[in-house]
Amino acid sequence: MADTAVRMEDGAGVSTRPGFLSRIFLHNLSAKFAALPMVITVLVVFVGCTIWTIYYSFTNSKLLPTGKFIGFDQYERLFATSRWNVSVWNLLAYGAMSLVFTLVIGFILAVLIDQKVRFESAFRTIMLYPFALSFIVTGLVWQWIMNPTLGLQGTMRKLGWDWFSFDWIANPKMVLFALLIAGLWHGTGFCMVLMLAGLRGVDEEVWKAARVDGIPTWRTYLSIVLPMMRGVLVTAVVIIGSGIVRLYDLVVALTNGGPGISSEVPAKYVFNYMFSGGNIGQGLAGATMMLLTVLIIMIPWAYLEFGGKGRR
Amino acid sequence: MSQTATMASTPVTGSQAAVEPSGPRPKPFFTPKKIILYTTLVFFSLYYLFPLYVMVVTSLKTMPEIRFGNIFALPQTPNLDAWVRAWTSACTGLTCEGLAPGFWNSVKITIPSTIVSIFIAAVNGYALVNWRFKGSEVFFAILIFGSFIPYQVMLYPLVMITRELKIFGTLQAVILIHTVFGMPILTLLFRNYFASLPQELFKAARVDGAGFWRIFFEIMLPMSLPIFVVALILQVTGIWNDFLFGVVFAGTQNYPMTVQLNNIVNSAQGTPEYNVNMAATVLTGLVPLTVYFVSGKWFVRGVAAGAVKG
Repeated sequence: MADTAVRMEDGAGVSTRPGFLSRIFLHNLSAKFAALPMVITVLVVFVGCTIWTIYYSFTNSKLLPTGKFIGFDQYERLFATSRWNVSVWNLLAYGAMSLVFTLVIGFILAVLIDQKVRFESAFRTIMLYPFALSFIVTGLVWQWIMNPTLGLQGTMRKLGWDWFSFDWIANPKMVLFALLIAGLWHGTGFCMVLMLAGLRGVDEEVWKAARVDGIPTWRTYLSIVLPMMRGVLVTAVVIIGSGIVRLYDLVVALTNGGPGISSEVPAKYVFNYMFSGGNIGQGLAGATMMLLTVLIIMIPWAYLEFGGKGRR
Repeated sequence: MSQTATMASTPVTGSQAAVEPSGPRPKPFFTPKKIILYTTLVFFSLYYLFPLYVMVVTSLKTMPEIRFGNIFALPQTPNLDAWVRAWTSACTGLTCEGLAPGFWNSVKITIPSTIVSIFIAAVNGYALVNWRFKGSEVFFAILIFGSFIPYQVMLYPLVMITRELKIFGTLQAVILIHTVFGMPILTLLFRNYFASLPQELFKAARVDGAGFWRIFFEIMLPMSLPIFVVALILQVTGIWNDFLFGVVFAGTQNYPMTVQLNNIVNSAQGTPEYNVNMAATVLTGLVPLTVYFVSGKWFVRGVAAGAVKG
């Protein structure tokens, strides 16, 4: 009772004090000054540039972004272009496979490592080191390994296994799997680290209780531990997902979109139209579609994480 | 030896039958389960190690040896010719200066970008925790959300902005871009770290009349070495490995190592020299690999930091 009275009085005091407006601006002045780069980044880059891109995707900008408003024409053209449609399809197919395999392999590896194995840190080091390398390095190494004549296929055939076939980067039907092998090599170790942190975060009591009830280990992992790791799983999905949408360097290094257009991805399409295709409007429309994809992934996540406060 | 180790690592689950010797029954080391476990782990490890092996082995071979066609084979007479060529004279399709200029460009990009981005993010995190102002949390939320926007969405407007600032195609432009896009994750990192420090220290300094910068430099910074190490690892590897920003903003004469490497391997004319290509690839991977092996556990902490939400 007394407390509320004091607070009210305090509030009233502030609003009637002279120079109230200048106090708002001058209060914490050096903090505001120090946070200026962040404020500018947020307003200019993350908000400003995004709005700019969305707006100009509705114009007929060619070499310079000065075009007039033409509604959804760029988008109609986008989805009438086979290269874009192939890109979107590739991203969906690659994305689905990459997400599932990264999570499954990451989880399996984490479970294996969690069995109190010897040389745990050696195994972890081996599994995570590709993550330290760039996608360019990753792509180029695998390009060499998958070289049809001198790489793995050539070597195996020379060793007498004539039937051995591993020409995925030269085969339009298989090239996505070539990307997948390189992508998984790069990213699964990171997923394993996340999952392992999640596994280690599960209370030992849970394990004891499951053991007392006679639940088999695999069942405990799938039905008890995995649901308890919801936070880590969601984080992993978001990180892997936003990485997939950005997929660019790896494609450039491994296949450069080939053979033909069979491994094109949206990020590459957008880049080419913006910087070498001379049709900025097309590039911006593609970029806006990429943004839309991310929003479709992000909004349910944000809702789960910040909307439903009652959970957890 | 193996049995004692197993016993020590298994927690004692309680002895129901008190008559028998207590503790879990000693297990033999070679159970079927263990064999499967280690076989799987070794199998996966081979998958992860194979490319590194192939990379190094190929770079030490001569071209005739490579054309013979066995990527598994060790080099007959290991020599560093390909490494020297990759460093000094490999062709990118435009010039034949090797990777060395790219390496130095990457150094010139990585060092200032790392310092500037970490400093700004540290100040941001500090202001967000200790000097909240109206709207600071909103800006932070947009910043974090912004880190999920694909770069392609903001790329073209940023090109226009850097052109307006007359820095497009220079090192300053790349440094600026790395600072901007490094900000979300680094700010999050520092914000969470500063929030975990005891607030009494800050309050005491405040009572003693220390201001924003004084508290930051004299109290906060000396206490935040661990998070600086994490941020350093994150930024050095991240910026060194960047391709997109380098290719767009740096300008031809400032291309970082990754861009040069890609040009050497993918746009050089003539017969490809796989040993030179692989030597160049190893060279480009050497800096982040060194950071990775030297930093050990810190690297894990650094990459996992991206997963910790505030």
